[in-house]
Amino acid sequence: MSSIADPIAGSPVADAKTEANAEVKAKAPAITLPVTGERELRLDLFRGLALWLIFIDHLPTNLLTWLTIRNYGFSDATEIFIFISGYTAAFVYGRAMLEGGFVIATARILRRVWQIYVAHVFLFTIFLAEISYVATSFENPLYSEEMGIMDFLKQPDVTIVQALLLRFRPVNMDVLPLYIVLMLFLPLILGLMKWKPDVTLGLSVLLYALTWQFDLYLSAYPNGFWAFNPFAWQLLFVFGAWCALGGARRMSRILSSNITMWICIVYLVAAFFVTLTWYVPQLGHIMPKVIEQWMYPINKTDLDVLRFAHFLALAALTVRFLPRDWPGLKSRWLRPLILCGQHSLEIFCLGVFLAFAGHFVLAEVSGGAALHALISVCGILIMCGMAWIISWYKHSADKGASKKGAVGNADLAGGGA
Amino acid sequence: MKSARTMLGLLLLAATLAAAPARAGDSPEPAPPAPPCDVPGYLLSSESSLPKVTDVVKANQPLNVLVVGSRSSTIPGNEASAYPATMQAALKEAFPAANIDVSVELQGKSTAEETAGTLVKLVEAKKPTLVIWQTGTVDAMRAVDPDDFRTAINDGVVALRGAGADVVLVNLQYSPRTETMISAPPYLDNIKVVAQQHDVPLFDRFSIMKQWSDAGYFDLFSTAHGVDLAKKVHACLGRALAKFVIDAAHLGPVQQN
Repeated sequence: MSSIADPIAGSPVADAKTEANAEVKAKAPAITLPVTGERELRLDLFRGLALWLIFIDHLPTNLLTWLTIRNYGFSDATEIFIFISGYTAAFVYGRAMLEGGFVIATARILRRVWQIYVAHVFLFTIFLAEISYVATSFENPLYSEEMGIMDFLKQPDVTIVQALLLRFRPVNMDVLPLYIVLMLFLPLILGLMKWKPDVTLGLSVLLYALTWQFDLYLSAYPNGFWAFNPFAWQLLFVFGAWCALGGARRMSRILSSNITMWICIVYLVAAFFVTLTWYVPQLGHIMPKVIEQWMYPINKTDLDVLRFAHFLALAALTVRFLPRDWPGLKSRWLRPLILCGQHSLEIFCLGVFLAFAGHFVLAEVSGGAALHALISVCGILIMCGMAWIISWYKHSADKGASKKGAVGNADLAGGGA
Repeated sequence: MKSARTMLGLLLLAATLAAAPARAGDSPEPAPPAPPCDVPGYLLSSESSLPKVTDVVKANQPLNVLVVGSRSSTIPGNEASAYPATMQAALKEAFPAANIDVSVELQGKSTAEETAGTLVKLVEAKKPTLVIWQTGTVDAMRAVDPDDFRTAINDGVVALRGAGADVVLVNLQYSPRTETMISAPPYLDNIKVVAQQHDVPLFDRFSIMKQWSDAGYFDLFSTAHGVDLAKKVHACLGRALAKFVIDAAHLGPVQQN
């Protein structure tokens, strides 16, 4: 793996590398790709961070939950994850499309989709085991109503088939199906991007707007809807892809302007104060009623504009204040995070599994806040350990095999959801 | 590599320790020596009011309360210990002279939309001064579209007000065991939104029960099969709900200690 942190993302210094990209540019004037072998460590870093945060958010509330970003603003780790996934997927498969053509790229993408699908089914199996256990052991009359949720166990045939069709998706298992759908459409997105990136982004925004206007959604089994509406969330994914294929570079002037910076800061601070009123209800009366009525509910299913804007503001400030050649990116302190981000599909699945396991332990052992926090910390340590082992396999155990795979490396492609 | 992970562990531990006092600072209540039912004041007060309840009680007229809810508004086989009954007892304790009648309408498997359609008839039949509408659980279990859910609550509240009753909304139970199966947050948020829009007092059952669980008053993870826990929780819920109604109707705190 090359650890040269050359530019991928748009940032003020991007122009310096234009020369290096001239070759690729000549082939495909519409989109630009950076030179082969570069690895944007910031992407790995923040994807790793998103994985940790998603894990913590999936556990019952505990001390560590207060460290996750959803408590300090509108957006949460999911936004980071989907954006970076779009970015890396476009980066890797975009190159495959330029070099090998549409069919080759599509074939590779479909293989990746299959991997994610298998991972999802694997997680579902574990989930099924967990709730079957809960269903047989838990008969508290206080929750006789809530236990009705187990009714689907009476029809395992239907339930399992619906799960395979991605229509039956337990809580906390919504991200992978979203990712599978987004990846399925990646060949189309990349094809359009190759033609006209800005038009593609425009179409994506249009679909997002239509989703809000006409309430488009995907239904789920036994009833309900997809908790992450792919029609809306595709906006982040396509936006990530657009940034990866040269959009970020073209935006660099906007990103480096002071006006943008101040707008972002003001918005983030405002969002912080709004969030504060959720956790300190005593402050609730400060919020003007008019704003409350206009703003709430902040819709996660359809990726509320407030959430999207919050993510954009965070991203803009990050790109500005964390240069890609920041030496800290290579420090050993951030190594665990970066490693997790580099093996995102595996670590994401492990995180979902660990969250189930954590729930189980918390339910069986009545422990206090200390145990809660301990479980979170252990989970993160296990994730880091696993990421380290996987990378050891890739670079030592499977050395011969990995030499050739550097370009189409699936992990680089933003696996995991 | 190894030492990096060790250091990471220490770092996280340090962060945890640092977060602990920060979290304690979130709730500035001085925390009096608490009986098991203790609920922070902000969860029991509402900016919204119940004018009809206020008038009826002040005029010494009978107070008719109708609780509309799903199965979490009762304890199977122990209806007399469920929160509507304990609330009635607590209200009577607060207003010994008043004539307080509480009836319960259980619609076990109805979503908010289905219940909303029946509300006007119920009010016409029972003529309650106050309708306590517990909702959200069925919708969350069926993963009803939160927008549809909000519309249903909205329609229901409008219908109830139109039929001449005061309304209190009650949200979902805190149920840690089924947290991985039932997604409560969208429904909690949407009930809150409607309550704010229409100035309806919202009895935040979820937060209150979570508070009790966090404080260790009740072990809500418990797999115990007996009804003991359910009875205790409902006793506390009923008392809290009575306090909440009294506060929202501006009838306290003369009668309250």
